[in-house]
Amino acid sequence: MTRWTPITASIIVLLMPSLSTLGEIRFPPPEFESGYQFPPTTTPAAQSVIREYIDAAVLLAALLLATYLILGRRSRRAIYVLMISALLYFGFWRDGCICPIGAIQNVTLTIFDSSYAIPLVAGAFFVLPLVFTLFVGRAFCGAVCPLGAIQDAVLIHPVAVPRWLESGLRLGAYTYLGAAVLFAAIGNSFIICRYDPFVGFFRLSGNWNVLIIGASLLLIGLFIGRPYCRFLCPYGVLLRQTSRLSKWRVTITPDECIKCRLCEGACPFGAIREPTGDWPHGEYKVAKRRLALFLLFLPVLVVAGAWGGHSLKERLARVHPRVRTAERVYLEETGKVEGTTNASNAFRATGRTSESLYQEATIIRGRFAIGGALLGGFLGLVTGGKLVALCVRRRRTDYEADRASCFACGRCYQYCPKERERWKKGKEVPAGR
Amino acid sequence: MTDNGKNVNRRRFLREGLWGACLGGLGAAAGLTGARNNRDNMVWQIDPNLCIQCGNCATYCVLELSAVKCVQMYALCGYCDLCTGYLVPEPTALDTSAENALCPTGAIKRTFVEDPYYEYTIDETLCNGCGKCVKGCAAFGNGSLFLQVRHDRCKNCNECAIAAACPSGAYKRVPADQPYLLKGVERKA
Repeated sequence: MTRWTPITASIIVLLMPSLSTLGEIRFPPPEFESGYQFPPTTTPAAQSVIREYIDAAVLLAALLLATYLILGRRSRRAIYVLMISALLYFGFWRDGCICPIGAIQNVTLTIFDSSYAIPLVAGAFFVLPLVFTLFVGRAFCGAVCPLGAIQDAVLIHPVAVPRWLESGLRLGAYTYLGAAVLFAAIGNSFIICRYDPFVGFFRLSGNWNVLIIGASLLLIGLFIGRPYCRFLCPYGVLLRQTSRLSKWRVTITPDECIKCRLCEGACPFGAIREPTGDWPHGEYKVAKRRLALFLLFLPVLVVAGAWGGHSLKERLARVHPRVRTAERVYLEETGKVEGTTNASNAFRATGRTSESLYQEATIIRGRFAIGGALLGGFLGLVTGGKLVALCVRRRRTDYEADRASCFACGRCYQYCPKERERWKKGKEVPAGR
Repeated sequence: MTDNGKNVNRRRFLREGLWGACLGGLGAAAGLTGARNNRDNMVWQIDPNLCIQCGNCATYCVLELSAVKCVQMYALCGYCDLCTGYLVPEPTALDTSAENALCPTGAIKRTFVEDPYYEYTIDETLCNGCGKCVKGCAAFGNGSLFLQVRHDRCKNCNECAIAAACPSGAYKRVPADQPYLLKGVERKA
C-alpha cells in the first residue's frame, strides 16, 4: 500500500492548481445512484496540418506552372485559366487564408516575439513567391494571387493612370507595408488581415465595413486595373523591388522589337515603357540640377518623416489594446469619465494595480516612439527616392515591360506582330529571352 | 564606348550582388521559419479563466454563426435543478418553458437524470457563443459552462477578428495538437 501513497499524493498535487483556477465549486458534482456516467466534453480536432502542407505544395506547383506559361508557352489564355483556378482554390475553396500578403506579419512577429512559433506553411507562403520573383519576375501576382485574380477578372474597361499619379499613389502601398510591419512587431495586431478587402467575398461573410471597402475596390477595378495590387498591396512592394533584379522576365516580343508601337496601349496596368534616347537638348542640365537638389533634399525628408512619425507615437500606440485599456482606466480613476467598459472591468478582475498597467503602457508608447520614427523615416526615404527616380533617365532601345510594375499577366504577348508570326510558323521562343 | 562598357559592368555587378543578397535574405527567412516553427499550426483558443463573457464572440466572428460555442464540462457540473446558466433570474417555474430560458437561441437542453439532478447539454448547431449562460453559471454555479473556439467550425484566420475585439485578452494562439483550454484539465507542457 505504501508505494501508492506518493502516487496518490502527486495526483492530488497535480490536481490542486487546476482546481484552484476554477474558482469555487459551490455544488459538488453529485454521486448518481442510477449509474449515470458523465458524458465526455467533445473536442473536435483542429484542421489537419496535412491540408496546409497541400496548400504549400499547390502554391509551389502553381508557381512552377506560371513560370512555364509566362516564359515558355507565352499564352495569355493559359495564364488566365491558371489565375482563375488559383482564385477558386486559394480564394473560394481555402477561404483566402493564409496568403503571402498576410504572411509578412507572421514573419515580422517571429523576428520580434521570441515566444511566437511561425507555422511552417506561413513561412513557405512568404518565401516561395519572392524566390520565384528573383528568377522570373512577378509570376505570383499575375497567375497565382487570389486577390490579384479577383481584380483582374472584373477589369472590363481599363483607363490609363498618369505615370506621376501612379507613382504618387503607390506611396499608399509603402505606408501600408510599414504600418503592417510596425503593428505586427509591437502593436499586437495584424492589420493586413483585419483590412483584407477580398477575403469577405471568398468566405461570403465578414465585417460590413471591410466588405464595403472590398466592393468599392472591385468597382474601381472595373476601370482601373488591379487598384489594390498597384496602390495598396504591401507584399507587392516587396515583389516590385525583388522583380527589378530578376534573372528572366516577361518580354513583349519573342525575338526582336521592331518598334511598331502596336503594344503601346496593351497594358492595362501602365507597365509598358517606350524606347528612350538621350535627354532632349537643354533638358539634361535642368535635370542634373534637379537631381542634385533632390539628393540634398533626401536627408531632410528622412529627418522630417522620422520627426513626424515620432510625434504620432501617442496615436499609433492606441492600436495596442493594453494602451487603450490603460488610458481608459486612467480616465476612470481620475474621475474624468463616468462608468466602466468591458476592458476596464476585465482588467480590474485580474487584480493588478493600475500603476503596473500604466507602466506597461509607457513601455509600449516608448516602443512606438522608436517604431513611429523608423516608419516615418522609411516613408521619407521612399518619397525622396521617388523624387530622385524622376530625374534619372534609363536608356531603352525597345518597348519593354517595366521590371517592377509588370504583373506578368501576359496580355501584351498577343499585341506583338512578331509573336503572331511565331504562332503562324509554330516557332519556339529563341533562347535567352 | 569603353566608358559605357565599364558602366554596364558596374551596374551588372551591383545587380548581381543585390540579387545574391536577396536570395540570402530569403534563405535566412526560410531558416528562421525552420528553426522557430513547431511543425504544427497554431490555432486560436479562449482562456476560460480570463473570459468575461462580454458577448463579442457572438458578433465579431467572420462567420455568420460564430465558431465560438459554449461547452459543458460535465464532471464539474452540479446538475442543479435551479440552474442559473439555464434559467433566467427568478424564474416562474423550474421547467423547460421558453419564458424561463436564459439562452436566446434555445441551445441548452435540460434532461432529467434522477431526483433532484438535471443534465444540461449544449446544442452546438444553435449556440451562438454569446456567453449569457456562462455568465449565469459562473455567477452562482460551478462554472462548468465556458466558451471555447470549436475547431470544426473555426476558419483559423491569421488574425482572429474576435481576438482583436476581445476586451480581456483571453484569446491565445495554441498549438494545433492541443487546441482546447478546458477547465479542470491540465495541459501537457
